[in-house]
Amino acid sequence: MELFLQQILTGLANGAIYACLALAVVMIYQAIDHFNFAQGEMAMFSTYICWSMIAVGIPYWVAFLLTIVISFAGGVAIERIIFKPIHNAPVLSHIVVFIGLLAIFNSLAGAIWDHTIKVFPSPFPDGSFNGLIGLHEIGMFFVTLILLGAIFCFFRFTRIGMAMQAAAANPDSAELVGIRVGWMLALGWGLAAAIGAVAGMMIAPIVFLDPNMMLGILLYGFAAAIVGGITSPGGAVAGGFLVGIIENLAGTYIPAIGSELKLTVALVLIVTVLLFKPNGLFGKSIVTRV
Amino acid sequence: MSNILEVKGLEASYGPTKALHGIDFSLEEGGVTTILGANGAGKTTTLRAISGMISRSGEILLAGKNIISLRTADITREGIAHVPEGRGTFVRMSTEDNLQLGAYSRSDKDEIARDIERVYSYFPILKQRRSQQAGTLSGGEAQMLAVGRALMLRPRLLLLDEPSFGLAPLIVQELFAILKKINVEDGVSMLLVEQNASLALELADHAYLLETGNIVISGTSQSILENETVRRSYLGY
Repeated sequence: MELFLQQILTGLANGAIYACLALAVVMIYQAIDHFNFAQGEMAMFSTYICWSMIAVGIPYWVAFLLTIVISFAGGVAIERIIFKPIHNAPVLSHIVVFIGLLAIFNSLAGAIWDHTIKVFPSPFPDGSFNGLIGLHEIGMFFVTLILLGAIFCFFRFTRIGMAMQAAAANPDSAELVGIRVGWMLALGWGLAAAIGAVAGMMIAPIVFLDPNMMLGILLYGFAAAIVGGITSPGGAVAGGFLVGIIENLAGTYIPAIGSELKLTVALVLIVTVLLFKPNGLFGKSIVTRV
Repeated sequence: MSNILEVKGLEASYGPTKALHGIDFSLEEGGVTTILGANGAGKTTTLRAISGMISRSGEILLAGKNIISLRTADITREGIAHVPEGRGTFVRMSTEDNLQLGAYSRSDKDEIARDIERVYSYFPILKQRRSQQAGTLSGGEAQMLAVGRALMLRPRLLLLDEPSFGLAPLIVQELFAILKKINVEDGVSMLLVEQNASLALELADHAYLLETGNIVISGTSQSILENETVRRSYLGY
């Protein structure tokens, strides 16, 4: 029983990270109809920026907040400089650019900070809660939960949040009510990059910092987005927690999977959901009357 | 009376295909003008060109100010509200959120709340549907919402693209009566594009006839109604 509870709690903590990445992916997907394959590498790069700041003696939470701001600006810049010019380009061009970005961030991180694995500090104390779950995991869970709550309120209750939704849903109409759609896209990229940065900084103490640290995690993030429904931000978050729990339970209780084949769980989930419920668990097919 | 809008030598194209070949027309302040024409004549294109939704050249003077180089979002801020073909409501959002977004470019909160009530007084059914997803509204309700959302801009000029499309005749009568009311009571100038020529000429005081990207006839609604060609081709009697 204790093992079971342990796995559920760890699943929830990891799930929070997957939820963040899934949310970032879904936000960009809703705005431009493409999966951002570079989301994980952007997060990894942000985490390195944070590491560098901490290495020169900046206090953790200051570096944390600065990284969020820098990542936001970076996301906006990527949209304005790279994606705005190819806005009307076909799907394949987008995919190639995403893969290009992935490779660029990955190599750049290796070139700047080299490929050796680094320890990334946790802002939370060592130790665990009743031996069930580490204090870092608890902290990580609540940091991401606060982040997700803030994002929800932003989209639901602020003018700009509503405008961003409108711009993603119907760009023509959004322009006609005076929303500058191009800037809303850029804001969306900025937010996605900032969310990813938080996920990166929170998971790094567990998986350690190296240029490939987000590859597997992004795969879980994709699985979460697809399980939850790629059209539903709330679903993506729920999907994140679900994937986190399923991954941990499968790794523990199915001997054939163990810890080595855990990543396969993500792939199996993606394929299964796409085969049997392509809209995901919470993805709505939009109700419209003719 | 002065002109709210003057269009000179307006050309517009979809990629390499030219859709408007340098048209000139003007709209009287406070009036309702209609553009008639067959499918593919360029009626919708004319509206989209005014709103900056397609590439265009020429001159578009809104109360004397040339807006040809402005982007769509900035043109709406100059006071032109466009009710697009197919209504273009935000289907996943509630009726009231749609109206709120219509006032996106304004920041006078109290006035916005007042204007929402005003839209509800024009279209009482929308008040009943205020928290309902816009995608679940009937065709007539969705069109009313589209007009209501455009009014939230407090426009000087309202562009209406086939507001009667796909609606039951009774609903169309109701909608056009309200449009008339908005025109008279609020002094909003209108440019109306319609397939239904007799309906359009009833509401409008001026009309232009568009044929393959050129204006061929213009005049008061009365003179257009009496025009032999128009009667035969567009009114069917």
